Amino acid sequence: MNSTTKHIVLKTENLSIGYQQKKSTDIIAENLNLSIEKGKFIALLGKNGIGKSTLLRTIAKVQNSLDGNIYVKGKNLADYNNKELATVLSLVLTERLPESQLTVFELVALGRQPYTNWVDNLSENDLQKINRAIEQTEIKHLQEKRFYELSDGQLQRVLIARTLAQDTELIILDEPTAHLDMHHTYKIFQLLQKLVATTQKTIIISTHQVNLAIEIVDELIVMNTNDVASGTTQELIDSNKLEKLFPKEILSFNKKLQQFTISKNE
Amino acid sequence: MNTTKLYTKQFVILLIILVLIWFLNISLGSVSIPPTDIFAIIFGDESIKESWQTIIINFRIPKAITAILVGSGLSISGLLMQTLFRNPLAGPFVLGISSGASLGVALLILGSSVFGGVFLSASFSNWAIAIASSLGSFLVLSAVIIAANKVRNTMSILIIGLMFGSFTAAIISLLFYFSEAQQIQQYVFWSFGSLGSLSWEEIYIFLTIYCLGIAGVFAIIKPLNSFLLGENYAKSLGINVKQSRIIILVVTSLLTGVITAFAGPIAFIGLAVPHLAKLIFTTSNHKVLIPATAITGAIILLICDIIAQVPMSEFMLPINAITSLFGAPIVIWLLIRKKKIYV
Repeated sequence: MNSTTKHIVLKTENLSIGYQQKKSTDIIAENLNLSIEKGKFIALLGKNGIGKSTLLRTIAKVQNSLDGNIYVKGKNLADYNNKELATVLSLVLTERLPESQLTVFELVALGRQPYTNWVDNLSENDLQKINRAIEQTEIKHLQEKRFYELSDGQLQRVLIARTLAQDTELIILDEPTAHLDMHHTYKIFQLLQKLVATTQKTIIISTHQVNLAIEIVDELIVMNTNDVASGTTQELIDSNKLEKLFPKEILSFNKKLQQFTISKNE
Repeated sequence: MNTTKLYTKQFVILLIILVLIWFLNISLGSVSIPPTDIFAIIFGDESIKESWQTIIINFRIPKAITAILVGSGLSISGLLMQTLFRNPLAGPFVLGISSGASLGVALLILGSSVFGGVFLSASFSNWAIAIASSLGSFLVLSAVIIAANKVRNTMSILIIGLMFGSFTAAIISLLFYFSEAQQIQQYVFWSFGSLGSLSWEEIYIFLTIYCLGIAGVFAIIKPLNSFLLGENYAKSLGINVKQSRIIILVVTSLLTGVITAFAGPIAFIGLAVPHLAKLIFTTSNHKVLIPATAITGAIILLICDIIAQVPMSEFMLPINAITSLFGAPIVIWLLIRKKKIYV
């Protein structure tokens, strides 16, 4: 192994993703070769239905891949059991939490499950990690509230705190800003950026906030039909991959502004 | 520290109520025995009237113990089902356990008259009924668990359980149609439920299986808590979802199976008590909820039993009617007052 591979936390090799039905296979994307370095903030871009969630769920082992390999910290994902994986990879999904009376603190504390004993007792170390996560996400004032009392933006912070408590090198968030207004969307991006800088964790999000992502994240993964490209924002602009994201007639990429803008009728 | 609340106050109060109600339960009955004498009998004083000793030791105490085991066991099972299916309407019988047991007992009692045979017009002992009910629930449950292993979606298991329920109910109706009045009467009496007819020997067996089930419950506290976030999150927290699901199903069937075998299909408790416990303790943490539901269930069933034996009379009402008759309005009232229900 050479020294550069050491910092790769996630790598896919000829990965195919999609759904295996009894008789047919529904391939959503194939031949994905991605490699993601430690300590990067990465945004997965692509239009609705292109397979962003499927890709993230496959990487997180929520669903199975169709073909190819995924390596997390150099080890094949297939060789991880749930418990091991829970110590290197944590998740925020788009699905709604089932109703319950969990408090914010309890919800964040559930992030410690991979480390707690069989009756889920929190050690001094667990409490430290939980409180640290609560401080980092600035939700201390909410910790006694029930999670259903929170606004969408607050809940998102709590779910991020839970992944921090889980203390994994890799954090994957599926559309963390889906229901948020501009201001709260920006705040979540800012929080994630700060976390990457201070904790050296790798954070991958899928998002529709393309312009914001271009400005804030370190690297992009752009999913287009039959073409998945990754790299820094500048690389993807130069290779014209980014502008393919939307039809030119409607949204065009302005290279000077480095933003997508609405196409005016000529 | 304001981290995980221990709810010591609530637990102490509930335990005191449990002891008081238990004592009240064994003090009341068709024969009135002064409380001081009951105390003396419990602590082994043999100078008390012998008939009283027999009543307390061989009838009232076994019945009160049965009530505690049945009440706590059904309530815990209900809680497990509500968490697993994330559905507040789930109870211990959604898996078809009670329908399986009913089918077993119906085949034994009613089947003998329909098909003639060796049991013709016999009256069946506790043991025969317990065995028939265990076999019945075991068979239906195995079918449900095998089906559960094949389907991915937990909700499908719920529906499969309900389908088995309708299916067995239909067979029982057919048996009813062809049976004689005497057999139907015996079956109906079984379906009323009964806490009172167990000997010490039977209680020991009951207790052993009950403890096995409870031991299993402790093993799944952690998965139960993670299930509060849904199965995908549970998996991402390192929980083996499929295995935990099977353990939950097996523990529930063990508890409800043995309870139905010894006390009949007792309704309502398993569905309602977890909601009561959640209202009292306002938490979803199973480390708190499991003991809380168990104690609440035991108290409620002891109270129902006191009402069922109609204090100071020779009268005995069916326990199954009392649990719903008095329990349902209380739960409705609590829910209207508190406005919200949680899984």
